[in-house]
Amino acid sequence: MTTLPKTTSAKKLGLVIDLDTCVGCHACVVSCKGWNTENYGAPLSDQDPYGSDPSGTFLNRVHSYEVQPETGPAQLIHFPKSCLHCEDAPCVTVCPTGASYKRAEDGIVLVNEDACIGCGLCAWACPYGAREMDQAAGVMKKCTLCVDRIYNDNLPEEDRVPSCVRTCPSGARHFGDLGDDTSEVSQLVAARGGMDLMPELGTKPVNKYLPPRPKDVPADLDILAPYLEPVSGTQKGFLGWLDKALEKL
Amino acid sequence: MHPAGSVILFTVASGLGFGMLTWLGLGLPDARGWAAFFHYAVAFALAGGGLLASTFHLGNPQRFLKAFSQWRSSWLSREGCLAVACLLVMGVFALGTVFYDNAWQPLGYIGAALSILTVFATSMIYAQLKTVPRWNHWSTPVLFLALSLGGGGLLAGQVGLAIGLLCLAGALQLFAWLSGDGRFHERGTDVGTATGLGARGIVRAFEPPHTGNNYLLKEMVHQVGRKHAVKLRVIAFALMIVAPLVLLMISSSVLMICLAVACHALGTFAQRWLFFAEAEHVVGLYYGKR
Repeated sequence: MTTLPKTTSAKKLGLVIDLDTCVGCHACVVSCKGWNTENYGAPLSDQDPYGSDPSGTFLNRVHSYEVQPETGPAQLIHFPKSCLHCEDAPCVTVCPTGASYKRAEDGIVLVNEDACIGCGLCAWACPYGAREMDQAAGVMKKCTLCVDRIYNDNLPEEDRVPSCVRTCPSGARHFGDLGDDTSEVSQLVAARGGMDLMPELGTKPVNKYLPPRPKDVPADLDILAPYLEPVSGTQKGFLGWLDKALEKL
Repeated sequence: MHPAGSVILFTVASGLGFGMLTWLGLGLPDARGWAAFFHYAVAFALAGGGLLASTFHLGNPQRFLKAFSQWRSSWLSREGCLAVACLLVMGVFALGTVFYDNAWQPLGYIGAALSILTVFATSMIYAQLKTVPRWNHWSTPVLFLALSLGGGGLLAGQVGLAIGLLCLAGALQLFAWLSGDGRFHERGTDVGTATGLGARGIVRAFEPPHTGNNYLLKEMVHQVGRKHAVKLRVIAFALMIVAPLVLLMISSSVLMICLAVACHALGTFAQRWLFFAEAEHVVGLYYGKR
């Protein structure tokens, strides 16, 4: 049923993404594609992958933004973006077939691909661009929060997190229960001022983004510095002898 | 948004078809026998053909039966249910008018109400989307209904009604265009709120996540169609509203009505193309586009 669960689940599984730490390496993008193309649902197809106009289905993509503060140098911020598993998910309620649903037990938003007619309305309803229609299978693909890893007893315990989180080399991605105030992710959000994307649209995203920390401010440089003669005090020892010797030449 | 041919054909044809069915259900014109047969043939061909066209853009159209299941929450599902209910009721009513001298008029009233509700549900598929500020407004359903009933009135030969409704639709269309142009900005969603970085300074998309195209850009950041938007608005308005009004004021002969219908339908195609092509989705902000 594509109505949202009547009561919001106590458990709200999601990601916390640290914009301060992300280095923009796209490893999460690659590992996400790798895991999800051969597990849950239809493979993530590519169109014309080795040709002149390649495109394909991805569940996670990394944008980069330049932020120019009023004073000081501009900052480059890498910005991974995937499904935010919204509490008030507009993609779920628009679905005509019941394929799109939000799980009552842990809040994960999923697509039952056997029921998806590929109308694309859920992708229109999502403000974040988290859903992409697979051009080969004709069904909607989205982040599953690696539902086939996180509850998978066949995997070693350290692997029971989403593929992107397991892969991230800079520790910028965290997975946990955001409905539990004592969880590590909730404490991280509280400590770092975790934020929602497009809060004005009322989607109540579960995933949170940690803003970049303030950067060290470099000491003021004299703008005339490049034009000044290098100041050289009298050198001592070997360099002093070399200086004098070269001077005499 | 990408102006998909199948969706434009669907909204225009079924809009006209259900508009015509509304008037036929109300007994305007009160046709019987062969005359009724031809009226209903046109209306059913437009309404049903439009619905059929809407399945062309689906990834898996063979599962269409499932789309009738979620009427509690989904406007798209409601639209499908209402459309089928309307066609069934009006089908029986049509049998009555063709073969039994309009024996079951109450069915016609029910069918007319279902027709209006169907068009309303179609418009709400678009009007419900907060992600497309231009559509997310009361003017979207009102304009869809005015155009459907006006165009349907033309098809049903109801000249007086059609003139009135086309004037109303024209005024609503101008309002929708003018007020819609600024709505994206008014809603206050920008790259700053999209990234949460707006308070830190001026945010600019520096590097996109992919060098090629993708589904999101093709489907929701369709900028190509906006190139000739102003010219197309003039063409759409002239054909959809002005031309039928002028033709009907010259004469209300059958030939003139047919000509007016043709102009109106062509104009509505242009209008519907713009409806999609000019609609900006907030996801474009992530790409520094609109």
